[in-house]
Amino acid sequence: MNQYGLSLWVVIIWVLGSIASQWLSLDISGVQLESILNGPSWQHWFGHDDLGRPVLERLLAGSYTSCIVALTVIGFSVIIGTIIGTMSAYLGGMFDLVIVRLIDIFLAFPGILLAIALAGIMGPGIDNVIIALSVVGWVGFARLARAQTLSVKQREHVQAAQALGSRQRKIIFQHLIPLISAPLLVEATFGIASVVIAEAGLSFLGLGVQAPDASWGSMIRDGTRYMLVAPHLVLAPGLALMTVVLAVNLAGDRLRDRLDVRAQSIKGEA
Amino acid sequence: MLRFLLSRLLSTAIVVFGVAFLVFLLIHLVPGDPVDMMLGENAQMADREALREALGLNQPMGVQLLTYFNNLLQGDLGHSLHSRVPVSELLAERIPATVELAIISLLLACAIAFPLGIVAALNKGQGWDRTAMGASMLGVSIPNFLLGPILILIFSIYLGWLPVSGRDGAASMVLPAITLGTALAAVLSRMIRSTLLEVLHEDYIRTARAKGNSHLQVVIRHALPNAMLPIITLLGLQLGVLLGGAVITETVFSWPGIGKLTIDSIMKRDYPVVQACVLLISLTYVVVNMLTDIIYAWVDPRIRIGGRS
Repeated sequence: MNQYGLSLWVVIIWVLGSIASQWLSLDISGVQLESILNGPSWQHWFGHDDLGRPVLERLLAGSYTSCIVALTVIGFSVIIGTIIGTMSAYLGGMFDLVIVRLIDIFLAFPGILLAIALAGIMGPGIDNVIIALSVVGWVGFARLARAQTLSVKQREHVQAAQALGSRQRKIIFQHLIPLISAPLLVEATFGIASVVIAEAGLSFLGLGVQAPDASWGSMIRDGTRYMLVAPHLVLAPGLALMTVVLAVNLAGDRLRDRLDVRAQSIKGEA
Repeated sequence: MLRFLLSRLLSTAIVVFGVAFLVFLLIHLVPGDPVDMMLGENAQMADREALREALGLNQPMGVQLLTYFNNLLQGDLGHSLHSRVPVSELLAERIPATVELAIISLLLACAIAFPLGIVAALNKGQGWDRTAMGASMLGVSIPNFLLGPILILIFSIYLGWLPVSGRDGAASMVLPAITLGTALAAVLSRMIRSTLLEVLHEDYIRTARAKGNSHLQVVIRHALPNAMLPIITLLGLQLGVLLGGAVITETVFSWPGIGKLTIDSIMKRDYPVVQACVLLISLTYVVVNMLTDIIYAWVDPRIRIGGRS
């Protein structure tokens, strides 16, 4: 199996794991004093954490957190960003000017700084993480959708639709957005990797999901205190996070080659 | 050039104003009462009123906004709610540590990325290229809050070579710089590879090769100088990765910089300090990007002519 097939499997396992964690109604917060900091064993592949909770179950619950945050944030960001970006390029004029400035202003906040500040001020919780990351996330898609629309809006079929008197909404949704969807899809794939890292980063800082819920980021943070005696507490969520991010990035690379989208820079975050 | 300079300065001024406005909105847009969030819902009425007055939150929004911008223009960033010290003093104490860490990480990232990118470009599609790009993909995918603890585990705990945290001499800088520089090195090496590959197709490269120069000579004398300009611009943009990453890296290593101050202030709900930190980091990013743009246009006349049309 080549690396792309492997990365696809990792993504599938990630999604299935997150579904399974909900379906199996795992006990992720049951404290077991006799198992505190136990290392990996045949019965418990990933050992137990500082409260004696099984790490494997918490990893699965963490995969749900990362999956749901990534899909929701990217969903919101793609929809809002694409509509704003496409409208901005298509309508032009004052509206475009304002949107371009707005994009510039949002892009002036480096990395996830704005999301950290927003999540910090709104308070911890998965809802606030989703809001904070979506507020930051739409900008990249708006910029891309705008640039793509500018390059396709002069095409004949768009002019024909205009000449036939189609409504602007119809032109935007039926004639422009389908045409620019390939690069947006590729960007969305890389976006998922960025959001997975960002969610884990916020949770690492204590701004994401709160105990007893699990996130790979908060598991890494809690594990760092016991690194000397129980390195598996950092390594297990860390490797899970890295494998998923790597797999999603590779899938994005593959998609980009398949859809023949011109090379863009990979978005490294956090 | 003057015209380009003015238009660039104007657009930067708009962005700076917008960033400052957004930072002002940060604590006002959040649902609920900011005073409740800072003190908790069980706080005494008198305490709430005192805080409301100290932050000027009892004023109408328009007045608050005017006062905010007026104070900003005078360099007054307010006082910390926690220590009552002027925020500007807190920032001044922390700036050197962050600048130091950022510069060392940047140099480290360049030292890794240039050889990696050049080797990959020269051996496109071959083993070296794949190894280099695989390494860079790994670097992009490993978040700094994971890399940091892993490095601490290996080099501080198992091997005992380097300090776990803090800022005390050159040794304490090694792990934070590697942690912060890795993501940048990964992104940068990919950019160097792709920029070089574009340049390597040019006629003058073929001429240089035809004259019998070696591969490496052609790259260093002819390709790299021409690829440098876009790389520098991209480097300016990638400074965001570094500045954003500094917030987490400084927290991992207890590095006493602006990033750690941001997180500490968030935890203490010291919002004037949070606002000032976010403002400072973002403005640094904006100004550096403006300077790279101006230098680029100054060196390469095609840009400013393109900008005029």
